[in-house]
Amino acid sequence: MVLDSTNPIIEVKDVSFRYDLRNSAETLSSINFSVQKGEWVAIIGNNGSGKSTLAGILLGLYKPQFGSVTIAGYELNEETKWEIRKRMGIVFQNPDNQFIGSTVEDDVAFGLENLNMPYEQMKMRVYEALHMVDMYDYRHADPTRLSGGQKQRVAIAGLLALQPEILLLDEAFVMLDPKSRKDLLKTLQKLKSRHQLTIISITHDMNEAASSDRIIVLKNGTISSIGTPKEVFSKELDFEAPFTEKLRRILQMKGRNVPNTYMSEEEMVEWLWK
Amino acid sequence: MAMEIRYSNVSADYQLGPIRTKNVLDDVNLFVKPSSFTAIVGQTGAGKSSLLKVMNGLIRPKQGEVKIGKYSVSSNNDPTSLKEVRKRIGMVFQFPESQLFAETVEKDICFGPLNFGVGLSEAKEMAKTAIYQVGLDASFLPKSPFSLSGGQKRRVAIAGILAMKPDILILDEPGAGLDPTGKQEILSLIASWNKNNKLTTLMVTHEMDDVAKFAEDVIVMEKGKIIFHDDVRTFFADLNQIQSWNLDIPEARRFQLLIEEKTGVSLPKICLTVEELADCLIEVGLA
Repeated sequence: MVLDSTNPIIEVKDVSFRYDLRNSAETLSSINFSVQKGEWVAIIGNNGSGKSTLAGILLGLYKPQFGSVTIAGYELNEETKWEIRKRMGIVFQNPDNQFIGSTVEDDVAFGLENLNMPYEQMKMRVYEALHMVDMYDYRHADPTRLSGGQKQRVAIAGLLALQPEILLLDEAFVMLDPKSRKDLLKTLQKLKSRHQLTIISITHDMNEAASSDRIIVLKNGTISSIGTPKEVFSKELDFEAPFTEKLRRILQMKGRNVPNTYMSEEEMVEWLWK
Repeated sequence: MAMEIRYSNVSADYQLGPIRTKNVLDDVNLFVKPSSFTAIVGQTGAGKSSLLKVMNGLIRPKQGEVKIGKYSVSSNNDPTSLKEVRKRIGMVFQFPESQLFAETVEKDICFGPLNFGVGLSEAKEMAKTAIYQVGLDASFLPKSPFSLSGGQKRRVAIAGILAMKPDILILDEPGAGLDPTGKQEILSLIASWNKNNKLTTLMVTHEMDDVAKFAEDVIVMEKGKIIFHDDVRTFFADLNQIQSWNLDIPEARRFQLLIEEKTGVSLPKICLTVEELADCLIEVGLA
């Protein structure tokens, strides 16, 4: 099937899922959303809201009991999941869960070896990926003996080397120091605009979510809102908000005459300046 | 009993058989006050986790010595003597929930105390106290730890450490991977144990907002060395220095600087939390 540029790259239709059929409670129920190519979508929600389960479904690790998932023109099922996984990669929260190689470069090359990529090309890809995450100097190190944040960067490099169309990040930045986090976010932004990379990031970092194109809020397995950061943060009041929103709410509480909706940093400064 | 911690010229590496790696700790000298709450910050790979691991002998120093109260960890002490030190120091690793293993929460929490020679009934008492300390209740004790949510698992894992009644608590990124509410709860609990039980606390973190909110002192590590150790206000006062270490500042402070730059109005003090910033904005009449 040819992918029409107007078709969404990911389309999730009416998906419901429960881990144990004996349980009446659904981990996810009636999830509907779509993602356009080159879009950055953040998924937020508390522990246990179903975020990681949703990631598992997008990857074909779990089969939903109802509904369908279409990715890059393929409807996700047992036959198509390998085709889809060539185009999509995931970085998990705890990088220890995905190391295989005995050196950093072996580990990054592992995915490429599985694709039977010629050696010279593979070497280039590994070189580029390790530079993107600033871990080239550690290419001969044993990945299991790196620090938490370094491991996370290697795991991300392993994925970038595959040059996927869709990048799924399941809290992949939690162990990074703020500078590495910012650098990586910048790198991903660049890849997004240059190669139309689609990014789905599951995160608890509201400031990271605020910089995405759209936010999906999960609550107890259902989508409670979906929209631009501005729309979402003005509506979801019981959520840990980005910094400017916290400040706005405190000022409001103290009886100041602040606007009633979420403001980005620029808008906030503008308003203070008025 | 509150214990002081003193590192004298400690160097360490991850030796693997005959192969020596670069020093992960390089001639470290450190004194930690009893009952203090210290945050350890620095880039990934700076040696933060290693600094903690040396304390209870998980990495033995190649050179130098760590004194914890009357106990000592160095390259030449008998490994069996480390058991006493480990009884006194509760260590919470990165993702501690991956260490859960028993069929019930109660058995899991009792495991530590039983290994240190406590009787079964007393261990069960300790488990009960500990489960309340982490903000859960006795109804969790007969449950399987694997049926709990991520945040609850982490609390159970920490309860297993608290049950051993340590004098020193060391935590390696205790909030990583939890949702903001869960994280704030865990960190507030840690801060309250530090205050109420005089538990000397050292915590590795990347979140400067948490440093600003909870810690008294800050240690900055870079390439295996301690390059700064002072109280938290002093730490956040010098912006250039923090930037030269590639570290962040709390959101409130960052936004304060942005406002000051754009409006040309300078606020009366350095704001570390959103509340302080709101008050300052009102004080100078901007809001």
